[in-house]
This record gives sequence, C-alpha cells and structure tokens, in this order.
Amino acid sequence: MSDIAIELKGIDKSFGPVHANKNINLKVRKGSIHGIIGENGAGKSTLMSILYGFYQADRGEIFVDGKKITIRDPNAAIAAGIGMVHQHFMLVENFTVLENVMLGAEGAAVLNRGIVNARAELKRLEEEYEMEVNPDAIIEELPVGLQQRVEILKAFYRKADILILDEPTGVLTPAEADHLFRILAQLRDEGKTVILITHKLREIMAITDEVSVMRRGEMVASRKTSETNVEELAELMVGRRVLLNVEKGVALPKEVRLSVKDLTVKDSRGVTMVENVSFEVRAGEIVGIAGVAGNGQSELLEAIAGMRSAVQGEVMLNGKSTDVTGPGDPADLRARKLGHVSEDRHHTGLVLQFEEAENAILGYHGSPEYLRGGLYNMNAIREAATVEIEKYDIRPPNPRLKTANFSGGNQQKIVLAREMERDPDVLIIGQPTRGVDVGAIEFIHKRIIEMRDQGKAVLLVSVELDEIRSLSDRILVMFDGRIVGERTPDTSESEIGLLMAGIEGKMEAAE
Amino acid sequence: MEYFDTVIVVLQSTVRLSVPLILTALAGLYAERSGVVDIGLEGKLLAAAFAGASAAAVLGNAWLGAAVAVMASMALAAVHGYASITQRGDQIVSGTALNFIAAGATVILGQAWFRQGGRTPALIGDARFGTWELPFADAVKDVPILGGIYSNLLSGHYLLTYIAFIMVPVSWWILFRTRFGLRLRAVGENPGAVDTAGISVVRLRYSAVLIGGILCGLAGAYLSIAMNAGFVKGMSAGKGFIALAALVFAKWKPRNILFACLLFGFLDALSIRMQGVALPLVGKVPVQVYQALPYVLTVILLAGFIGKAIPPKASGRPYVKER
Amino acid sequence: MSAPFAKLPAWAEYGLIPLINLIVAFLVAGLVVLFVGESPIQAAYLMVKGAFGSGEGVGFTLYYATYFIFTGLAVAVAFHAGLFNIGGEGQAYIAGVGVALVCLQYDTTLPWYLVFVLAVAASVAFGALWALIPAWLQAKRGSHIVITTIMFNYIASISMVYLLTRVLKPLGSMAPQTRTFEAGGQLPRLDWLLALFGLDVGYAPFNITFLLSLAVAFGIWLLLWRSKLGYEIRTLGHSPSAARYAGINQAKIIIVTMLISGGLAGLTALNPIMGDQYRLQLDFVNGAGFVGIAVALMGRSHPAGIIPAAILFGVLYQGGAEISFEMPNISRDMIVVIQGLVILFAGALEHMFRPTVIRLYQRMVAGSGKPATATGE
Repeated sequence: MSDIAIELKGIDKSFGPVHANKNINLKVRKGSIHGIIGENGAGKSTLMSILYGFYQADRGEIFVDGKKITIRDPNAAIAAGIGMVHQHFMLVENFTVLENVMLGAEGAAVLNRGIVNARAELKRLEEEYEMEVNPDAIIEELPVGLQQRVEILKAFYRKADILILDEPTGVLTPAEADHLFRILAQLRDEGKTVILITHKLREIMAITDEVSVMRRGEMVASRKTSETNVEELAELMVGRRVLLNVEKGVALPKEVRLSVKDLTVKDSRGVTMVENVSFEVRAGEIVGIAGVAGNGQSELLEAIAGMRSAVQGEVMLNGKSTDVTGPGDPADLRARKLGHVSEDRHHTGLVLQFEEAENAILGYHGSPEYLRGGLYNMNAIREAATVEIEKYDIRPPNPRLKTANFSGGNQQKIVLAREMERDPDVLIIGQPTRGVDVGAIEFIHKRIIEMRDQGKAVLLVSVELDEIRSLSDRILVMFDGRIVGERTPDTSESEIGLLMAGIEGKMEAAE
Repeated sequence: MEYFDTVIVVLQSTVRLSVPLILTALAGLYAERSGVVDIGLEGKLLAAAFAGASAAAVLGNAWLGAAVAVMASMALAAVHGYASITQRGDQIVSGTALNFIAAGATVILGQAWFRQGGRTPALIGDARFGTWELPFADAVKDVPILGGIYSNLLSGHYLLTYIAFIMVPVSWWILFRTRFGLRLRAVGENPGAVDTAGISVVRLRYSAVLIGGILCGLAGAYLSIAMNAGFVKGMSAGKGFIALAALVFAKWKPRNILFACLLFGFLDALSIRMQGVALPLVGKVPVQVYQALPYVLTVILLAGFIGKAIPPKASGRPYVKER
Repeated sequence: MSAPFAKLPAWAEYGLIPLINLIVAFLVAGLVVLFVGESPIQAAYLMVKGAFGSGEGVGFTLYYATYFIFTGLAVAVAFHAGLFNIGGEGQAYIAGVGVALVCLQYDTTLPWYLVFVLAVAASVAFGALWALIPAWLQAKRGSHIVITTIMFNYIASISMVYLLTRVLKPLGSMAPQTRTFEAGGQLPRLDWLLALFGLDVGYAPFNITFLLSLAVAFGIWLLLWRSKLGYEIRTLGHSPSAARYAGINQAKIIIVTMLISGGLAGLTALNPIMGDQYRLQLDFVNGAGFVGIAVALMGRSHPAGIIPAAILFGVLYQGGAEISFEMPNISRDMIVVIQGLVILFAGALEHMFRPTVIRLYQRMVAGSGKPATATGE
C-alpha cells in the first residue's frame, strides 16, 4: 500500500493540431483533497478524462495505489475505484434518479433486486452525507444543484475511493457549494481521495490540501495549499506573459453610444448567467470586460448582439432601445451600426465551408451594394473582399479560397475586417485573439485602437487579462454573472486577478 | 346476430393485418430507443418475406423458411448498423438505401431463381405455416357471444400471431425491467451517460439494431409463409412505413404500439370490408379515407395536436465523444 | 482519430472520393449480376448500347434524365438547407393534378406554349403546396420532415387513386385516368435537337421539358450561389448558429426552401403528362422522386453534378430496358438496386474510403515535406 492514490507520469494528449496535455506529471496523496486549478482551456478536464478512461493518452503512464494500470475505458476506471462528476452532467434526463444511479451498476440482468438494493443504498448514502433526493424524481424536473447531487451519488454507489469533480460549483448557489465542500471534507476524513478541478482560487484556498496548477496544457506547479497564497496561484495560473507593446494615446470619450441597464440573461438550462448588469460605452473609448471564461461574458455579448433574449433589462444603441428582451434581430442591429466580432468564429462568426468572399459579407449579405438585378455581383464582392484582404494582410490573399483552409489568425482577420470596415458606431468584440498566432495579435490590437481613435465605441471581452489591460480605457471585472468592480488599466494584474477570482470582500466560504 | 358476426369477421382480419405491423413496429422500437433511426423497416420486411418464402419453397419447411427470413433481415440490419454506428453515416440515407436495395434485389433474385415474374412458388403443406386451434375451440363455437369470440377471434391463428402479441408485453418487460433495457433506453437518450458509466455504446446499438432485424424477419416470414402462400413482388406494400407511423403514433411505447397497430390494422380491415357500405349520417365513405387515416393521424400527432411525440433524444445522431 | 483533421486537396475531395464511392456501388451491382448468372461486362455493354446505340435510345435516355434533373434538384435544394425532403415522389404526383387541370381546361382553346406556361405554374404551385404542410410543421412545431414527407407520399398516392377513379375520370370510362389531351396539351418533341447530331429520335418521347430542366438547373445554380435567398439557405444548412448570428430567420428559410423543393419536384409532372402520355394516369411518377435522392447525393447537390448524374440514371433506365430484353434474369428492377447502392455508398458510407485515401495521399506527399496546416486552436 502506498500513500499515493494516483500518480500520472508523462501524460501527453493531442486532438489533431491541439496539444491539450503536454507531458503531465501529477501525484495525488491518499486521503487528501487535491485541487487542480487553471484557466479554461488549460487542459484540466482533458487530463481528468484520461484518468477516467474517457480518452486515451497518446503517451504516459497511470498508477493507482502504486500499481501501474491501463485505463482503456471508464469501466476500467470504475473498477480501479475512480468516480467522476462531469461538468456537463452525464445523466439521462427522462430517467428517475434511481435509474440514473443504477445505470452500469445494475447488479443482475433483471432489475428488480437491483432496484431494491439501490433504493436501500441511496437511503443509506442520503443519511450518511445529508444528501436528500427523491429516488423516484425525474432528472429533468430537478434543479441543477440536485442533478449534481445525483452525479455524486452515482460515484458513491459505485464505491469510488477516488472522486474527481470537474468544476462542480459552477452550477451551485453559495449555500449549495458550502454543503458540497462539507461533504468533500467528510470524504477526506473517511480516507477517500478527492480531486477538485476548478478555476476559482477561493475554492482552492477554502477546501484543498494540495494544489496543482495547469497552464496551456502544462502542469506548471504543485504546492501544499497551506504554503501558498492566492497571489502566487493567480500568477502561476495566468503566467507572466510577454508584455504586449501597444501604443495608445489618451482616450477622448464623447457621447454614450451603448448603454446596458439591469440586464439579466439566462442560458438554455435556465441558469442565470448575467445578473443585473449595467454599464455604458462612449464613443472613442474601449471598455474591457475581464473575467475567467464562463462567468457570463458570452451570454452578455450574445444578448447585446441580438442573438439571445434577455430575461430583463434594457440595451440602448445610440439612444434607442434594441428590444433586448424580444426575439432579437441581429440584421436590424447591424443596420443600426452595431458591429459584432463573435467569440466563436468557427461556429458563429464564419461559415467554414464558404469561400472567403462569401464570409466577408455574412450578416451584411442583404446590402444592396452587392446585388445587381437581384443577384449577387460576385466580382464586386470579391473585389471588396480583396481590398479587405490587402488592408488586413489576410493570407493567402485569395478571396475564392475555402474559409476552412485559412489559419486561425487569418480567419479572425476575415471576421474583424468584415465588422470593422463597415463604419460601425458600436463594435463589440469577443476574444479577438483566441487561437491567433503572435504576429496577427499585434496587428489586431492596433486595429482595435484605431477604431477607438476613429470615435467608435468599443466593448471588448477577453479572457486574456493582459489583452484587456493593454487595450482598455476602462476595465469592468465580471464574476459569476455580475460586474464586481471597475478599474483603470494601470491597476495591477494581481488586483484584477483577485477580482476575477471572486475574492476581495466576498470571501463567503473562505476561512 | 348477423351484425355480431360481421364485427367478429372485421376484428379477426384486424388481428391478421396488425401482426406484421406489431412485429415491425417493435423492431423499430428497439432500434430507435437505442438512438438509431430505422427508416429501413420496409426494406427488411420485404427482404425477409422474400428470403423466407424462397427458403420455405426450396426446403419445404416453414420453420427453416422463417429462420432464413430472420437471417436476411438481420443481414440488412447489420449493414444499417455498420453505416450508422461504425461509419457514423446518415441514418436516414442508409435506411432509404436499404429500402431500394431490398425492393430491387427481391425481384431480381426471385426472377433468377424461380422464373415466375418475381413470385416464389406457392407454398403448400409443410412449407407453409398452419393455424392453431385453441383447445375446445370447436366445442364451444356455438356458445353465444363468448363462443364466437373464443373460436373465431382468439383461436385459429398462426403461431407467429401469438408470438407477435406476446412480444408486446415481453418487449415492455425487456425495456423497462431488465438491465439491457435500462441501458438501451439510456443510450438513446444520452449516449454520453452510458459511455461514462463504462458501457459500450457501439455494442448496445448493434444489439438493438440486430434485435430489430430479428423482429422484422419474423414479420416478413408472417407475410409470405403464414398470411400468404408465397412471395409476391413488393408484397410489404408500405407496411414498414405504416409500422414506422405506428411507432411514432405510439410515442415509442410498447403498449401504445399494440393499440396503434390494432387501430391501423382495423382501418385496413375496414377499408376492405366497408367498400360500398353506407354509414349512417355520412353515407358511403370512400375506401381511400380508411387507407389514408393512419398517415393523416400520424401527421396530426407529429404536429403536436394530440399529445406530443417526442423521439428519444439522441435518435438520428451518431455518437461522437464530446471534447 | 486523425481523419477529421486531415485535409485533402479539392481534386481528391470532390473528384476521387465520389468516384471511388460510385465505382464501388457499381462493382457491387456487378456482383449481383454475376450472382444471377449473367456477365456484368456483357450487361454493361448492353446497357451502353441500349442507351446510346440509336437515336431512339438517346431520346429515351434524355427523356428519363429530364425526370431526374427535376427530382435531383428538388432533393439538392433541401439538402443545402440541411433538410431531407424524401417527399418528392408525392409532390410530383400531386403536381400532376395541376398540370392535368390546366390541360383539360385549355387544350382545345390555347396553343401548346401558352398551356405550357400555365402548366408550369400549376405544377410548381401544386408541388409546393404539397410540401407546405411538412415544411410548416418542421419550422414551427419541430415535426421531423422525413417522417411527415413520407406520410405525405402515401397520402398523395391514396388521394390520387381517389381522384382518378372518381373525380377526374371521364364518364363511362373504366380506366383510372383523365381523357387524352388535345393538341394544346401536347408538348413538341425535340426531334430537331437530335437531328442536329444526325440522330433519329424515333418514338422516344424526348420533349421540350428537357430544355426547361436545363434552364431550371441553371436557375437553381443562380438561386443557390448568386442570390440572397440562396446565401441564407446555404448558411442555415452549414451552420444554424452562424445563421442566427447573421440575422437569418430560420423558420422562414425552412418553409421557403421546402416550397422551392416541392415546386421543383412538381415540375417533374410535366415530362410524362404533357410530353408523353397526354393524360394523367396512375403512378406516372414511378419512383422518379426517389431516384432524385440518389441523383442529388451523386451530384453532390450541385446542378453541374446533378445533370450528369441524372443522365447516368437515364442511361440506367433506358439501357436497363435493353438488358432486360436480352437477359431475362435482369429486369428493370436492377436499376432500383443500383439506385440503393449509390445512395448507400455515395450517401451513408461516403466517408468509408476517406481514411484510406488520406493515408495514401499523405504517403504520396510525405516526400515533398508539406506541413499539416493547423486550423484549430
């Protein structure tokens, strides 16, 4: 018996061109709560999915209890005593709680005995961990917090000694999160091992014994939680990046172009993602929204752009309401001079199967300048695209090339060129440089500043903190759907980082 | 009494006509509950009817014929499984393809083997299934009402008829009371949940599609070896699609399937019986009204005007692990 | 798992892989021929001879192709919006009523070209109408269009029996068909067109609808790739979220696309009714609506691919008649098998050979040191 529950050695995993895990080493002590922290996309979930057998590592070894094992599928992981609570619940929504808990661990070919046993076991677990849930309730009728409880019960029912939780508190209220943490502490005291994946520093400090930090597919550090602090972790998580050199004059804000008042937006599951958000963006300024991904920025942008109905609130564009709670009309907003660089160019901002010139008119495709006698004048469209290609240095400079064949940076420039070259009054930009090569980043940043200097009102959302700091004239920090603070761009990185992590005066669950 | 006899006759042919619908709809139930849309029911039914009648004719044994029918249908099911599960192809396109292959190949092979214009030789003696008389059917025939029901409605059917009706509660039991059924229903709703529970999505879906193959095979055998004495070109005549409609109409539930198939079988029986018969108030109803009703009712149901038909959530979508 | 990320050059993607799929479909069909004891090579020879060996053969080939151009376009337009319209058969069938009503009304009073214009309008209107309910149900209530269009095929078929046996049949006639149209309801043959090539059309009902089908194919190309509507249709088909981003009304596009698709299927009715039989009779569509699925898949939903695919199926139909004459074991049902195989290999199994082709291609270019382009993040 070793006192190391899990050891990973040299785990490496790529998805096509994406290198999700780079030579990862990790040791998790038995009977501890081990946090894994990192920004979204750092590779935490991939690593844990490999441990759970959902993916196979390209290289590397896994040791459980000191024994080297091969985890070919989740079955092998379950057999090794590993349970996992996924971020997106793996529940059958029209099944009862009981059926979900039993699935894959039914006992015998005929269910009746299994049902009796499962019911008794659920009752025992409920009492032991104060996890009440009606075994005959249908999953889709349960609130999200209870659905997660079912996920945890599933792992318990399989007698998991090692429990992995992937971003468990994202869907929980603070009270529910506290309850979850009490259960995790109880598990540790019983000698079980817990791995907690999160991007929230507060949770790491509040509950874990040890913490490992991931950044861009690499494991950058492991610490005893008692021997580190939030500042150090924040820095490890975000990393010291090369300071971006953006030349920028003084902003000269003028009239209000975009005003958002008391905006509340829910996602498709009914979870409140944006809560009572209010702010203004003036002509000639860049307002940056900083925040860890998943804190409501995406939904905020989509609501402003008319792609998602808000539950309540008002958005004014040039002093006139956009009917943000209505069904949404992106075409009308474009006509009213709102440019929108969407966060996800692959699925939303571009149609990858289209030729470049066709994407250069997406959203503006009804504009009469492209039509001649009711039909598109492709020569004019391609010529206009060629002008943008030259101005934005899009390569290869071929408007007839299929968009999927451009690199990420060039695809992004196609979107930027389209939205910037139509003289918008307000430009909303999500993740301007995600997946963009270094050379293009500088160019994109310059163009954004130029837009400001031309008197556009720019709203910028990015998970890259230094991008926000170097471009914005004002920074709003978003956490858990709310604006938790406004700072000037010369505020220190760690101060904003703490705001992003939901700390500063809001340490409800922290000791 | 004459009126009563008419009712018995119509009900008896309702039973007769709904048997292939029940078996085929149950076949679709397994596949679609597992998340594989099966639009190729018609093709499997036809291929099984042909293969069954051919084998029964050559081997002179109805049972062997039925076995070959099941094998033929399972072979097509395996192709559908390969295209939609392994190759993750479009399930509707795959099903459509199989319908055409079956429609054409049965005639080509039938002509090549038997040279009777796509027919198989008429099945006689042991080559065709006989009907079963229930005990004392003859003795109680003359008992009023109950005797008629017992002797003429419940007795005197093929073994496959009884199998079809028994398969309804059996399927319900399999789907809702066994481990396999629990997993099958889960994989049609959320294959991710099944995968993370350590169960093979691929194996489950193949099993479901192949079970569908067996049931379609039995339905085909019923058509050509029991209900009729041999195969005729295109003899499934859209029954596979009616069964598909019944499946949708039944909202993918075994008990509802029984009622939907009996209803559609009843309409079929009426359309034969009611030709030229005037109904009170409405007068003569064209036979086409009875024929079109199953389809019209299914469309109305799909439109959400009589309850809502919600298919298994993952149906039609190949399973690809999330990233 | 590397397959989805690897890229192939256009010639392999749009040329080689479809060609391999098609060849495999025909190889399997050849096996069926072999299985029933005939020579596939002899069958292929007979087929080509039947289709192209005489002016009449060519005429019939193109007559059949006319059907499939329309039905192929109908399926293709819906494909571009991400919809599978399996109801072309029923839409074409119902459109026959529109054509027949126009002809019965005006065949004695108007010249054929005016009747033709009215019949075109009627066929489009009736075909579109038959697609409207499934379209509306899909757009507004989410009812699966595949199931509803299949149901509508059967409802169409049953309704036509009723109409032809009770309503449209002339008094005193036994046959379930309308009366024969007079000169105004008969389209001119294209004998002069084949005569340009020194061919004699003979008895082939090769008629002016063929030219209409070519013009419509060009029109559909314009619609899909040169009009705002087509742009919105293709955007929706490729990416519903991009369509939302671009402010495209999804429900509207679904309905309009299906109306166009139904209208195209409707045009099919002109070819047999005004071009050949000069009356409306039972089952005149005869599976052409379903052939459209194979044609659209084979032609990759592009008019430039659909026309040759339709002609290929025309060859199969006409050449198949020749084969069945010489080889009694191979009836015209062989075409249905081939149609199914084409749908299977060019449709459901279209990616089966891709990993192999990619591997071969990568081995081929391995020496030239071309780097794999990273497009993900």
